[in-house]
Amino acid sequence: MLDFAIKDCVLAMIAEGRRAQTLRELRDALRDIHPGCIYHHFWGTLLRPQFSDREFNNDFATWCHHGLHDDAMAERLAVIDPAHFVDLEELRHELIEVIDERLDEIETVLFARADRQFHFARSVIVVFDTHKRLSHPQELVEAVPQMSVGSIFYHFIDARQRNPVPVDDFSAWLVGLGPEYAAVGESVAEVDPYFESLFVIRQRLTEVFSQHLSRPSQEKASRRLEEQMA
Amino acid sequence: MTAEPSTMGMLDRYAEHAGADAIEQLRQLAGLLTGLKVVHVNSTRRGGGVAEILETMVPLMQALGLDASWEVIEGNEDFFACTKSFHNTLQGKMLDISPSLLRAYEEVNAANAERLRPVLKAADIVIIHDPQPAPLLSHCPERRGKWIWRCHIDLSHPYRPVWKYLRRFLLDYDASIFSLDAFAQPMPHPVYLIPPSIDPLTEKNLPLDPATARRVLEEFSIDPERPVLLQISRFDRFKDPLGVIQAYRLAKEFVPSLQLVLAGGSAADDPEGQTVVMDVRESAEGDPDIHVLSSGHYSDQTINSLQTGADIVLQKSLREGFGLTVTEAMWKGKPVIGGNTGGIRLQLVNHETGFLVDTPEGAALRIRYLLAERSRIGQIGEKAREFVRQNFLRTRHLREYMTLMVALTHGNADRIELG
Repeated sequence: MLDFAIKDCVLAMIAEGRRAQTLRELRDALRDIHPGCIYHHFWGTLLRPQFSDREFNNDFATWCHHGLHDDAMAERLAVIDPAHFVDLEELRHELIEVIDERLDEIETVLFARADRQFHFARSVIVVFDTHKRLSHPQELVEAVPQMSVGSIFYHFIDARQRNPVPVDDFSAWLVGLGPEYAAVGESVAEVDPYFESLFVIRQRLTEVFSQHLSRPSQEKASRRLEEQMA
Repeated sequence: MTAEPSTMGMLDRYAEHAGADAIEQLRQLAGLLTGLKVVHVNSTRRGGGVAEILETMVPLMQALGLDASWEVIEGNEDFFACTKSFHNTLQGKMLDISPSLLRAYEEVNAANAERLRPVLKAADIVIIHDPQPAPLLSHCPERRGKWIWRCHIDLSHPYRPVWKYLRRFLLDYDASIFSLDAFAQPMPHPVYLIPPSIDPLTEKNLPLDPATARRVLEEFSIDPERPVLLQISRFDRFKDPLGVIQAYRLAKEFVPSLQLVLAGGSAADDPEGQTVVMDVRESAEGDPDIHVLSSGHYSDQTINSLQTGADIVLQKSLREGFGLTVTEAMWKGKPVIGGNTGGIRLQLVNHETGFLVDTPEGAALRIRYLLAERSRIGQIGEKAREFVRQNFLRTRHLREYMTLMVALTHGNADRIELG
């Protein structure tokens, strides 16, 4: 059984120095902006200081709502799930497509106020090893509540665009350990990464692991599996 | 470097507020920077927001094993007259600075560079705070470390001639830091964004015994049994104190027991501020429930008492930097009604952590709502405090400084995987 290596990460936010005041300017900038900006405005938002019970789950949608007051655009951008794209270039392409479609259907140019422009930013992500290792899934029950939100970000959010298939590290590890962990893997997958703060996500994961992996519940699952096999 | 027992205690005290996981993360991150020589340079040891940050930031870095120190440049009257003009012009005031003052600025920096050169030369990271010591870099051509310019002010609309003069001293820095993206200017090096923070262990922010807060309110003839609105800020048109009085009057029609406290520091050296105080006093005249506290300097404990004793805190600014008074009030579990501007927008989310308003009428509406639905005061206040705990305490600020140091000392790639 491979150990689970707990890593941690921190982000440093860098201003790109480019701004958009209209939807067209946003689209034009998206064509050649640093790919790190796409990552930052979808994912990095979770690790930077801002209120986390968000109405929209990425910065582009949030700006269309608050800056441009174009709720149709905000809703269409919000529905884009970044984990479903092979890489950031594909995600960039999808963003441009969705905005182009909106530009085709609206007749007026919507401007954001000068102090409500969209500021492009990107992140430097620093990943480091905590040198803590988990050798058995049951250890997740104790370990997850102790993890920093940076560790939660790395293993639960960042993993989706880092792993060959868009899945978090916890699920990937559990699935690799055998069918008795399939149920917990499914429950982990049900934790929505987009709307909650990392603190709440940590709490949800703790609940899932406690429910499935604490000793009594795991014995029950093993018995059920044995019965099915028999 | 082994941390001293007293400083280990300091980290434990921060853990009580920020959480043990946040401190453990700082320790892990600091492990990548052990022994790094970090020198902060600013222009004053006491007073002002920068000194307040460094008073705790430097010991925290030391406690985590960094070889951190803090140097202060020494200046003369002309130097400080010049840098005061920088402060005003960089934030938009149109004012030309005389060549003699600019000469004093450059001479003082040259003299300080002579004195500080050995320390600056040996440093791995030098963090220069604000414009005052910015030219030091040009006097250290043999530097070996990375130099960062930390701008604490809003540079979004600088008076161009002054910015053009100052910018040439900044071009050779390895990075800059601004508090918000909207405050930044384009630079030929990476511009990092790190919002400021409050220190939960200072007298201004430590939990206060309600009886003390009550006693302080009574000292100012404020009735603690009746609802109290509070705005703490210097008397400045951009803080819109007259708009606050208008909002209070509109709300008082529905809540006759309402009281308003407008508290700010001394305006003795600020003629414009004194005019604003006079206007405020004139507007408040005849209403014993408006308390204008404008004389003298109020201690941190007094400010803490006023914030702790208030029911609702206002920061109805028309223009604002980050707005740390908002953060402080939120940390005390108060719902804040703030102007829809600057860093206040980053902190207040309607119905969640407070309210953003654009007019006195909007402020009055939110005051009435909170006083009619008293349970919301506690709910919003609780959420506001947790939001500050997670995002705006000194420990988060330190984490971002250390992340930047790791990034700069590891090649500034987009993704840095270590150990």
